Amino acid sequence: MGNHVDDCRFFRAEFERLTDRLYGIALRLTGNSAAAEDLVSEAVVKAWRNLGQLNDRRSFPKWMLRILTNTFVSDCRKARQEPTIVIEDEGEEQFSLFEQLHQPFLLWWGNPERDLISKLVREDVERALDNLPDGLRAVVVMVEIEGYSYAEVAATLGIPIGTVRSRLNRARSMLQRALWRQAREAGLTTAA
Amino acid sequence: MTSPDQIRCEEVISHLLDYLDGEIDDEKRQQIERHLQDCRGCFSRAEFEKELKKRIKQVGTQKPPRSLQRRLKALIDQF
Repeated sequence: MGNHVDDCRFFRAEFERLTDRLYGIALRLTGNSAAAEDLVSEAVVKAWRNLGQLNDRRSFPKWMLRILTNTFVSDCRKARQEPTIVIEDEGEEQFSLFEQLHQPFLLWWGNPERDLISKLVREDVERALDNLPDGLRAVVVMVEIEGYSYAEVAATLGIPIGTVRSRLNRARSMLQRALWRQAREAGLTTAA
Repeated sequence: MTSPDQIRCEEVISHLLDYLDGEIDDEKRQQIERHLQDCRGCFSRAEFEKELKKRIKQVGTQKPPRSLQRRLKALIDQF
């Protein structure tokens, strides 16, 4: 650890570069802005207190994001809102947006799946993601947004890798089904 | 007919998201990549899933509201 002034300067500069990601991830993890603000603030205090444990300062962004996610998980546990608790299987069939849209005979003339992706706005994806059950949303955020490996998700949530995989499959299926519904409601696709 | 190191579309699709997440062993990854070079349907699906992953990743970045910016500044000023 350097001297206090250097540490402050380093922390401030790194943190400033990371603020949008920290808030974005916190918002997706918690699902609401007030809780996201509390989470980011709590993580910042923890990170500052533990800055001395960060040996390679180039890894600050990853380290800081881990603190944010770990804080979220531990807060959920304290509040007994275990983010890992989800109903394992509702007997829901796997849903694929691609399978709904893809028309092989159109290969050379059109591409409905690409058309739909290009029409989706940020709000569509946010709505579909935010409506996932907490335990499933947390897994998607860790893998898709933060780039965790399945093993890292398993270690963070204290669940087997197989469970991470099955939750991810289920979450993706629900997410794609939600996007499909939203797209049809908004008239973004004419596919049946 | 597929040769011993070739895999079918069904198998590619069942491993596709693990493949895109980098959660697959080297041998399977190579088999999938060879298949994607030859199969337009699976290639299109892989491109679609990649694009969707990209869109999901984008919603993980958001400018914080002024209230949080002020709160964080006050916090960091105390350090």
